[in-house]
Amino acid sequence: MPNGESIVIIPCSGIGKSLGTVGRKAAYKVVDELRPENTTTKCLALLTMGDQETLKIISESPCITIDGCPSKCAQKNVETSKGRLIKSFLVTDALRSHRDLKPEGIIELNAGGIELANVIAKEVAETVDEISRGKSP
Amino acid sequence: MTLAKWKVGVVSCSGEEIPEGTISRIATRLVLEKLRPDETVTICLPLFLAGGEGERTFARLFPTITVDGCEKKCAKIGTEKYSGKPFASLVVTDVLKKCPTLTLKSRDKLSAEEWEFAEKVAKEIAEKVDEALRAQNKQLRSEKQ
Repeated sequence: MPNGESIVIIPCSGIGKSLGTVGRKAAYKVVDELRPENTTTKCLALLTMGDQETLKIISESPCITIDGCPSKCAQKNVETSKGRLIKSFLVTDALRSHRDLKPEGIIELNAGGIELANVIAKEVAETVDEISRGKSP
Repeated sequence: MTLAKWKVGVVSCSGEEIPEGTISRIATRLVLEKLRPDETVTICLPLFLAGGEGERTFARLFPTITVDGCEKKCAKIGTEKYSGKPFASLVVTDVLKKCPTLTLKSRDKLSAEEWEFAEKVAKEIAEKVDEALRAQNKQLRSEKQ
């Protein structure tokens, strides 16, 4: 990032569906493995609860959301909280492009779900790179 | 009486940022999938907080147990604010105090010790589910009399 700030990757909590686990796993892949030097994550519930510290961070830092389902809780909450939302990803969109990677399991994803998370993580990492280079994705 | 009347809602914090949040989610899922699959349902907390009317109605009508990762207690506060007082509330950091040698590190891939701890938290949630059902049974019996 030009000014050294971290890009905030916010997945939906998605505890009820495999799609949520895919989104969260993709976020962790980016934050912990692919781009640990310039990304971070925040609890979506804190944002929804109006935690002042979290609201300040997402209003000042570029944000990328990853939602499991079309309810788009992460995207809507960042928008409502006046966060600097740069790009939103939806697991169901990725699934449409990779129908062979059907996710199953919530506590532990099947191989298809893990691979789908990796596909999304790669796209998110590319977006992170674009933002870091000062290009709008 | 329908079977649905006997369900308990387990509301976990999302807790993506911290290992304790991951323990909350996994422990909640262990209760739903393994320990008390017929007696419990869960609610996506951000959907609940963002105005999911079905979720809020459920939590108003049925007993809930909140499971929070940290002292900010988003699940407990959110449930109280939008629905009603939870039957019981657990905080992972409180349970962690009973395991002084354990340090939680993982947000994604849990170690064997972290899995064991998640199972311990799940057992505590399951005990609260049983308490909630006993209390509900007692109330129903007294209403019939």
